Amino acid sequence: MPAIPLREKLSILADAAKYDASCASSGAAGRHSLKSKGIGSTEGSGICHSYAPDGRCISLLKILLTNFCIYDCAYCINRSSSNVRRARFAIDEVVQLTLDFYKRNYIEGLFLSSGVIRSPDETMGEMVEIARRLRVDHGFQGYIHLKTIPEAAAELIEQAGIHADRLSINVELPTDEGVEQLAPQKRPAGIRRQMAGLRSKIEENAEPTLQTRRKKRFAPGGQSTQMIVGADATNDADILGTSARLYGSYRLRRVYYSAFSPIPDASAALPAMKPPLMREHRLYQADWLMRFYGFDRAEIVAGRPDGMLDLAIDPKLSWALDNRGLFPLDVNRASREMLLRVPGFGTRTVDRILQSRRHRSLRLEDVGRICPAIAKVRPFIVAEGWSPGASLDGEKLRGQLAPRPAQLDLFAA
Amino acid sequence: MTAALVPARYAVQLSGPVDMDGWREAARRLVLNGIPPHDIDWQVDGVGDLLSADRPLPPLPQNASVLSVPRAFPERAATVACHSDHDRYAFLYRILWRLASEPKLLEIASDPDVVRLGRMEKSVRRDCHKMRAFVRFVQVGEGFDERFVAWFEPEHFIVERNAPFFVRRFTGMRWTILTPKGSADWDGENLSIGPAASRADAPGEDAQNELWRTYFASIFNPARLKVKAMQAEMPKKYWRNLPEASLIPDLIKGAEKSAREMIDRIPTTPAPHHAKVQERYWTKAEETAVADGEAATLAELGRQAEGCRRCPLWREATQTVFGEGPDDARIVFVGEQPGDQEDLAGKPFVGPAGRLFDQILEEAGVDRRITYVTNAVKHFKFEPRGKRRIHAKPNAGEVKACNWWLGNELRLIGPDVAVALGATAAQALLGRAVAVTKERGRTLEREDGLKVFVTVHPSYLLRLPDAATKTAERGRFLDDMRKVKGLMGA
Repeated sequence: MPAIPLREKLSILADAAKYDASCASSGAAGRHSLKSKGIGSTEGSGICHSYAPDGRCISLLKILLTNFCIYDCAYCINRSSSNVRRARFAIDEVVQLTLDFYKRNYIEGLFLSSGVIRSPDETMGEMVEIARRLRVDHGFQGYIHLKTIPEAAAELIEQAGIHADRLSINVELPTDEGVEQLAPQKRPAGIRRQMAGLRSKIEENAEPTLQTRRKKRFAPGGQSTQMIVGADATNDADILGTSARLYGSYRLRRVYYSAFSPIPDASAALPAMKPPLMREHRLYQADWLMRFYGFDRAEIVAGRPDGMLDLAIDPKLSWALDNRGLFPLDVNRASREMLLRVPGFGTRTVDRILQSRRHRSLRLEDVGRICPAIAKVRPFIVAEGWSPGASLDGEKLRGQLAPRPAQLDLFAA
Repeated sequence: MTAALVPARYAVQLSGPVDMDGWREAARRLVLNGIPPHDIDWQVDGVGDLLSADRPLPPLPQNASVLSVPRAFPERAATVACHSDHDRYAFLYRILWRLASEPKLLEIASDPDVVRLGRMEKSVRRDCHKMRAFVRFVQVGEGFDERFVAWFEPEHFIVERNAPFFVRRFTGMRWTILTPKGSADWDGENLSIGPAASRADAPGEDAQNELWRTYFASIFNPARLKVKAMQAEMPKKYWRNLPEASLIPDLIKGAEKSAREMIDRIPTTPAPHHAKVQERYWTKAEETAVADGEAATLAELGRQAEGCRRCPLWREATQTVFGEGPDDARIVFVGEQPGDQEDLAGKPFVGPAGRLFDQILEEAGVDRRITYVTNAVKHFKFEPRGKRRIHAKPNAGEVKACNWWLGNELRLIGPDVAVALGATAAQALLGRAVAVTKERGRTLEREDGLKVFVTVHPSYLLRLPDAATKTAERGRFLDDMRKVKGLMGA
């Protein structure tokens, strides 16, 4: 096979990686290059260096080591039966590309994944070697996210964790049945065991050791996963159930939801349709409600008979409209837990209200200066000199608060 | 603010756009002398009210009280001082003036001045963040002469404030960032802040830009076009200095067509190499599948149990946690179900209760080499609660379904005694509901002749709130274990 020029390889192997939604470069321990005199730093929150017209941030150089793959997962552009053009990077090509891109400030670091060639260990071994060369040979202090290969040996995962900021393995689909149907060669049980092993390792290393009293470094940015939404028939209630289980069981930093996207040379086993972007957006909102707003999964989907989130309005507003009896809440008295449930209030807004109300009794206009979404909030709160009266009970409230359909079209599936 | 009809009584000339020291010194003297905001004209680079008086600032009053401000104020003021708003120093003085009589002012997020302070701060921070994101270095020179130069257009006076970030990140490079609001240079050892520059001072294209554009175009998914989301985070004003931005209009224009093509294209026949790959890697896997007959050894039984779906608990758990110990063990300890740690490790009794259990067995002189530990239910049942899993009690159906495994374990081991740790285990072993408090310490004989000793689960000892009860109960459990030891071979 004639050698493929670097630029073409990059084109093939970035295209092959773009269906993975994860791009975060956050959560890493603080690091800099002042002592090493090399390059690279991470300061907690990541930086998005560019944005593609799909609205997604470009933070890391997200590529596959190779898109040759022995698996035949129906939803994947790189499945073995696909006619997509194949390529493979040499180890040093990835190292050099990462360094060259980093020096021009295009990226925060590398997100490396791969198709599985020959054996999981061989593939994982090469990925680990890339991370090792960056860290050890080049003193690179930037962000590294490695996708771990299912069934790879524990020693390789251990090495990966030493060099990488974050590790991830994709559960791919919300249910094991879905995986069995669309990715028959993948073993969901093995993926779970790997996430379990990662959690144990991360927790073990987060404890200071007895000898040095220092924490050993192991994937300080934690682990994450992704599931594809819309490739199988699982409803939102079950998807959120899977997320709740994954967060609880493996302490994941993030669960990414990836609207199933058409791919070139798609498999006949899958629906040919536009990606359900609004559904993906609502799932992220519901995920946030579970993690930061004290909502239980069951509450979020309680009012949804078919288990699907409302596409027209966000899940918090949907919940509030179903539970109007709990409102209006007095912003000058209600607890933090309850204020977090007011549609339009974010965590920052709630904290500011709590701080401000110690010093003065808040009027509606005060709340308006603290919270940008006052029109949405108004029917659900009582403030000094303000009561929503009967508007909260009105039939039309939903219509008034739902975004206009024209706006919805921008994102509609 | 400064365009008052009455000329201001004092004018303060600051040394440059960002002169926090100058402002702090002047503001201190003015506020301690009780000079109200409208009497001061703050001038940056000679831009100010021409009518204002050139009166020297008053000296600090004798016995001046210490000027105390909230701890957050100096840092917030320093941030706002970088803002491009001409009125920023006067505004900061107004906040300082108000703080003298309203010390809690900054905590009142609804106050219009505090809102404005927050907005200005946020704008500066965002500008800093965008500079970190959108600076693009161009390499000039090779080898020993290698340097990197960038041209960037910030909204605010942030170059000096932001430069240390670039030092921390690019310590090993020599670089210069040029902007119309000042410049920063790092020679590998020292950082220097320099004057404003112009576009013409900066180099043109970097040779790597072509690769970067290739990446940008390839990572974009045309089926997910969301132009507004992109522009919210990467406003057009930045585009002229981003090498990749020139591609955006064409990518948007072609997106609809590319996406439609992907959807409409008829699935093709499998790639030529596909059949070979399938044959080579995946035919062997099926042969190793576990036979489902009656297991002849514990190891085989354990392999069968890995894929157990006799009840729905496998769905939520990580894995089957099978029993552990020799196949000629003389005591079989049966717990309720694996917990969080056991579920992760795939081994029974490795969590806190398991460690306590180990200690007590050792004290009782029970040899671990002749004991087998297992659970009535082999998958962890739980409710997810945020980042934790809350133990949930298995129901009768689950216990019954799982009894198939426990029965086979006992059949293959044939122990002298089985110890039921807790009610669930007792129920599994005896086939009836058991009140542990009543039947504790008793040895019951099953129809098949197996002796069953009933006691509590070690996790019960961990849950006891007060120390005295804990010690007493631990002692009782230790006694139970000694009794169990006595039952061996009897």
